Amino acid sequence: MEKQTKSACETCSHYNAEGLKKLGVNTESFDFVVALAGNPNTGKSTVFNALTGLRQHTGNWPGKTVARAEGAFEYNAQKYKLVDLPGTYSLLSTSEDEEVARDFILFGKPTLTVIVVDASRLERNLNLVLQILEITDHAILCLNLMDEAKRNHIEVDARILAKDLGIPVVATSARFKEGIPELLKTISDLANRKITCKPHKIKNIPKNIEKAVEELSTSIKKEYPTIANSRWLAFRLLEGDKQVIEGLRTGKFV
Amino acid sequence: MSTKNIEHIIELSKDLRWQIGDDFHDVLSESIYAEASKIVESSVKKDDQKRRFRIDAQIDKIVTSKVWGFPIMLLLLGVVLWLTIIGANYPSSMLASLLLDMIHPMLKNGANFLDFPWWLSGFLIDGVYLAVAWVIAVMLPPMAIFFPLFTLLEDFGYLPRVAFNMDALFKKSGAHGKQALTMSMGFGCNAAGVVATRIIDSPRERLIAIITNNFSLCNGRWPTQILLATIFIGAVVPESYSSLASLSAVIGIAVLGIFFMFFFSWALSKTVLKGEVSTFNLELPPYRPPVFWKTIYTSLIDRTLIVLWRAIVFAAPAGAVIWLICNIYIGSESIAAWLVHSLDGFGFLLGLNGVVLLAYIVAIPANEIVIPTILMLTVMVVGIGGGAGAGVMFELDSVTATGDVLKAGGWTLLTAVNVMLFSLLHNPCSTTIYTIYKETKSKKWTTIASILPVIAGFVVTFLVAQVWRIFS
Repeated sequence: MEKQTKSACETCSHYNAEGLKKLGVNTESFDFVVALAGNPNTGKSTVFNALTGLRQHTGNWPGKTVARAEGAFEYNAQKYKLVDLPGTYSLLSTSEDEEVARDFILFGKPTLTVIVVDASRLERNLNLVLQILEITDHAILCLNLMDEAKRNHIEVDARILAKDLGIPVVATSARFKEGIPELLKTISDLANRKITCKPHKIKNIPKNIEKAVEELSTSIKKEYPTIANSRWLAFRLLEGDKQVIEGLRTGKFV
Repeated sequence: MSTKNIEHIIELSKDLRWQIGDDFHDVLSESIYAEASKIVESSVKKDDQKRRFRIDAQIDKIVTSKVWGFPIMLLLLGVVLWLTIIGANYPSSMLASLLLDMIHPMLKNGANFLDFPWWLSGFLIDGVYLAVAWVIAVMLPPMAIFFPLFTLLEDFGYLPRVAFNMDALFKKSGAHGKQALTMSMGFGCNAAGVVATRIIDSPRERLIAIITNNFSLCNGRWPTQILLATIFIGAVVPESYSSLASLSAVIGIAVLGIFFMFFFSWALSKTVLKGEVSTFNLELPPYRPPVFWKTIYTSLIDRTLIVLWRAIVFAAPAGAVIWLICNIYIGSESIAAWLVHSLDGFGFLLGLNGVVLLAYIVAIPANEIVIPTILMLTVMVVGIGGGAGAGVMFELDSVTATGDVLKAGGWTLLTAVNVMLFSLLHNPCSTTIYTIYKETKSKKWTTIASILPVIAGFVVTFLVAQVWRIFS
């Protein structure tokens, strides 16, 4: 019998998707929580389905997912709960679907957040990415829809992007299951803190604002020493976000 | 941890907000955008030479053009409906003969064999079973065609273009442009449409979208429209044009629904829900060739079966109620007959009759069972043969036979037209009402959303009946 030779890629440990077990909706007792965020219509639900084996309805229109969906998968004997958040352009507004996303990243304390972006519309998508990086230190950029970018003759250098953003970047075409093994590996490495992120923080803010943010964030840190996103809270307080004020009062952040 | 320190932080933030001025939000957004473009500069390469010709842009030029946008939308709606009407015929009649002609007598015989008392076999088999069987026979085939077709269009990326085309109209009526998307969902199922309104940011515009979603003719009402149009409208014109005439009538009702949706959006935004129209960004996503079989599969599992299950859950008790009111007597009349007679007068004013009104009361849980209920009540009141007895919900084998029963029940062209109108303009089904309550968390708005369409229905059918009677 002829023995099938595996391609170099398939034998490489990096490609190892064999450790993946799709657990569907069985989200009980898990080791890690992974949030899936991103702009509308970048294929979050497709990534979600590829990882969990669920068949959440996907559609080609922005705003299809209005509530959060949960699923689970097992990778190398560790269980992950995956939360698919509604697509948002920004975390600065107040519609119900955007609030669901913001509250989860802010209060849900996911182990890490996978930010799904459209590779052919990167500039517009980065607006949200930069905001999420203000909130959390543990994030992965999933550079999705690479097939469409290629078709439109757009090239994205994932390595430079990873260096600039300070987080791992994985290129995928989730519709064709491309890049999913690499994404899994990266999720696992970051969840087990084998990789460390040094996320990009928004820098070019006018001095007087920066000073105010600094002052406020220091006094928040004094009150809650363990808080990770004091800078973001400071931004929101300066904007007078009523929910964040309420959250501080009730101690939702700790 | 003392709350005093937190109040101190909040006080501090207030002071600082005064110092930095009120353009904070804009400054922050600008900084974020500036950084984004800096990052993109070093990591993204575009070949603009080759990008110039984009097939997407070419398609968009046509489907969102001022001239072709609306005709293409109507054409696509027509094609989807036509495929649904034509395609659903055969499986529907096959299912009907299987479930109603074969299994129903078998169950009856089985019950006789086991010596069931007449009321038990009547209640279970003639009431509950037949209601469920009818819903499956009538609803499953059109849904199994309509939903996948709709999902294919959705996957291709057409829905946002619909929203784009209709945006100006929504703006004029004081509503949110994204309402076009929730309205489209309503054509499948109003409850799903109401849930989809969460994409609308402003509470005012979201309420408008919720209240007016019922004017999207839902899946449970398409079969009623199609059946009545085939029997009564198709018969008015020469036979070679009859299917064209009935198709146009059904599309006409759907378009009329859209008109009412705009009218009430406008009326609400001018009265109780006054306010500014909010602006929003709508991304026109790239066209993507749908993954055909996967789409068919998921739309069958996710939409068709779920909606069908819901219909069955509601149809079973409704079937039981119908059987009971037809078989419980007060004096010499059954409850159903008594109700029909007392509703007849009001029904006549609306160009309808007592049977139709009672059927709509019984069918609040599921619009799908309106027609079988009407038929059953008609047979009982008129007392013609052909049915299977009091309180037995049935489907007649042919469309002509259904027409004969209705005509024997005193139906005219006016009755048919007004039932079609009333089917468009009446209260949402109980699932939708419950969903509205869950989404708005307000009894007031739930009541308004439920009653407003009924009032519209009464007014419209009344006017049509009066005008019709003057001129005929």
